[in-house]
Amino acid sequence: MRIGVFVCHCGRNIAGTVDIKKVVEEISKSKDVVFCTDYIYLCSEPGQQTIKEKIKELELSHVIIAACTPALHGITFGRAVEEAGLNRYLLEIANIREQCSWVHQVCPEEATKKAIGLIKAALAKIRYAKPLKPIKVPLTKRVLVIGGGIAGIRAALDIAQGGIEVYLVEKSPSLGGHMAQLSETFPTLDCSACILTPLMVEAAHHKNIRLFTYAEVKKVEGVIGNFKVTIEKKPRYVIPEKCTGCGDCVDVCPVIVPNEFDQGLGARKAIYVPFPQAVPLVYTIDLEHCLNDQKLIVCEHCFKICGPKAVNFLMEPEEIEVEVGAIIVATGYELLPLENLSEYGGGEYEDVISSLDFERLASASGPTGGVIRRPSDGKIPKSVVFIQCAGSRDPEHGRPYCSKICCMYTAKHALTYKHLVPDGEAYVFYIDVRAAGKRYEEFVQRVMGEERAIYLRGKVSKVFRHNEKMVVLGVDTLSGRSVEIETDLVVVAPAIVPSKGAEKLAKLLKAPVDEFGFMSEIHPKLRPVESVSLGVYLAGAVQAPKDISESVAQASAAASKVLSFLSQKEATLEPIVAFVNKELCKGCGLCRRACPFKAITIIREGKKRYAKVEEALCQGCGVCMAICEEHAINVAGFTYEQLSAQIRTLLGIDDGEKTVKSGKI
Amino acid sequence: MEIVYFPGCTLKTTALSLETSALSVAKALGLEIKELERWNCCGTVYSLATDDLMKQVASIRNLIYVQASGHREVMTLCSMCYNTLAQANIFVRKNKKYLEKINAFMEEEPDYKAEVEVKHFLTLLKELGAEKIREAVKNSLSGLKVACYYGCLLLRPKEVRIDDCERPRILEELMECLGAEPVYFPYQTECCGSYHTAVKPDIVARRVYQILNNAKENDADLIVTSCPLCFFNLKDRQRDIKKIYPDFKEIEVAYFTQIMAKALGV
Repeated sequence: MRIGVFVCHCGRNIAGTVDIKKVVEEISKSKDVVFCTDYIYLCSEPGQQTIKEKIKELELSHVIIAACTPALHGITFGRAVEEAGLNRYLLEIANIREQCSWVHQVCPEEATKKAIGLIKAALAKIRYAKPLKPIKVPLTKRVLVIGGGIAGIRAALDIAQGGIEVYLVEKSPSLGGHMAQLSETFPTLDCSACILTPLMVEAAHHKNIRLFTYAEVKKVEGVIGNFKVTIEKKPRYVIPEKCTGCGDCVDVCPVIVPNEFDQGLGARKAIYVPFPQAVPLVYTIDLEHCLNDQKLIVCEHCFKICGPKAVNFLMEPEEIEVEVGAIIVATGYELLPLENLSEYGGGEYEDVISSLDFERLASASGPTGGVIRRPSDGKIPKSVVFIQCAGSRDPEHGRPYCSKICCMYTAKHALTYKHLVPDGEAYVFYIDVRAAGKRYEEFVQRVMGEERAIYLRGKVSKVFRHNEKMVVLGVDTLSGRSVEIETDLVVVAPAIVPSKGAEKLAKLLKAPVDEFGFMSEIHPKLRPVESVSLGVYLAGAVQAPKDISESVAQASAAASKVLSFLSQKEATLEPIVAFVNKELCKGCGLCRRACPFKAITIIREGKKRYAKVEEALCQGCGVCMAICEEHAINVAGFTYEQLSAQIRTLLGIDDGEKTVKSGKI
Repeated sequence: MEIVYFPGCTLKTTALSLETSALSVAKALGLEIKELERWNCCGTVYSLATDDLMKQVASIRNLIYVQASGHREVMTLCSMCYNTLAQANIFVRKNKKYLEKINAFMEEEPDYKAEVEVKHFLTLLKELGAEKIREAVKNSLSGLKVACYYGCLLLRPKEVRIDDCERPRILEELMECLGAEPVYFPYQTECCGSYHTAVKPDIVARRVYQILNNAKENDADLIVTSCPLCFFNLKDRQRDIKKIYPDFKEIEVAYFTQIMAKALGV
């Protein structure tokens, strides 16, 4: 055994705390270490070159790199040692940055000791290391995209155009998402519908896209390369193939309910399409509000008038199973409910509305036909107060983050309002104006200057009704005065939160979320469109608040990641999977029941029973290994011998220089 | 039910009317109020200096006396006392190390176990139940339009709030039990000016002017409050308001307990 140890400074990140010279000195003395050195940036080209040269020159059999977390550069270093002819599983990374220097900055001496301990523990573990071969499995060249907003549509189209089949699943009756609700888009003032609806149509008609609207993902099994997904199509009570979208049913339906698409500011019938440009243009019966239920039919108006006989009250939910190689999640966002913003009178006063409400009022196809009318009495407001950061940047609301898009859309709203009501006054309360984007700052300047919107830097403390007016109490921190504005309408920009159901979906996908429910990426800078759950990719506001341009960019990025993954002949999986010692295994089945990925089956051969692992399904989590009383099942690269040697050395029970045969601890 | 009551300095001096009315109301409702023995200053304004433990000593000593009395709850009438005691209580619950230090400092007293609950009289009344109060009403206040004013100390910080910070209802609900009609009153939580009253009374006068006007615009006959400092600012500064706004017409201000006493006929 000829081990080489390479210690990284990571600039000042490690060397600023850990005494590298002492580490090298100490490790050099260890058994089987034939070479130990340090370098300022091991991950750089010269750093990797040194590793490669030394492996060849000194005929190293094993390598230890003491640096940052393997989550960051594990793949890079693995590739480097492989290029020098060494199996990458004969490399062990001791994490002396995240697990040492970063957290022990105040006690450098102890940090140095710990770094030495971590490397010695890695040395103890590597004595048991065996070369492993990556597992190759056939690749399912189809993709699932969850969410039919702009991000989902863009990703689906990009992949479909690359010749790969896509299943596009949208939970509401139509594609379009929130973008379909917007009137105009910043900073170009493009009409939102004009740039979105052609894409909706394109997605619906693309030969490589199979569209499931009014449908949800129910179950996800399998791993990267080969997922098995169950999609539930909710019953529309209208047969999509027969419905021509003529709308005769709407005229006769007696039930009127608020239209969700219009934020409840307009009405729809119990049989409806959310908006006239919906894709697919197929009607849906909202059975919750319909006079009928499945057992009792009391109203037959729509059924009778429908020419093609598309209405069917006996429709049942339908489950469809699809197989895909990769999944893109694009489930978008929601606004923090107005009721949570009681300091601004949210949920209490009709004339305190959300930014999305304002979009519908401003939209030419909205409930007021594009005339700004306030909800309470339908009057055209002669002044509007916009409140930014309503719940965002506010730890009191549990949302300390910036919702990112509100500065821009509020500027757009102020401009839209000034154009629609030229004699009206627009006030904007803001904390900071964050307009970092191409032509964004210029847009805001135009709204402040040319359009003469009044920007007040400060927060609002209270909103209340005074006769027919709303009164806004706030502070202008630039003049240092408190401000009281009597106005007709208040528009708040509520914090952006993940959409309902995103948390449940994350669990199905085993995709981690952050403390606010947004899905986490592998690395915020270097791998921003991939979920930690392999084979799952992120697009749009499911990851964090984003505007349209960013969502589209990320969707295309996710699509290109998926295309490059699917352009391989087969999927390469990590060989860090469980394997069974047939002699020790008694076939009790404990591991089979414990396995969260259903990767284990019990095989019977004559009288002998034993567990068998399906390598393509195994994620190497080690649950089986922890539960097995016989130590008969182990995860390659993380066996009992390896882990116990590592832990015993770290705890100082062993010096880690011997190897033992038995796996028992 | 015997309840330990912490009065504090103001209740024995300027806010004596709050104490007498509250005690008679409690008696009429069958609550047995017992004044805490050996009580000292509540600590007045809760200190925001987390490392200056001396500021917590007075509050914690009072809670030790409650603990020694064998009770798990202490009732306050003054909003300031409530706020200070309740915040100090939470502070030592969150910081066990500081509690140990404070306990060590007061070696003459038994250790505080941080198990006492600090409750305002309004919370106790709510727990007693609307039904009980309604039954005790002898002279319904029907037709009386009341603006309920909270100030800040019962609502903030949110850790010690007795009701929703933005839209409290506890006083309104109580007034409804008495037959009175609470009016729409968005200024119910606007600051009264607090201790500015000592050095810059005109600040207080201007603020209170807006609060009172808001109540009057919404047809209130009367403003009720629970806080002695708010009471002083809302009532006594009306003279100063007249100096600034000569057209200002005065409006009656009362403690909620005084209105209750009237309704309960005590």
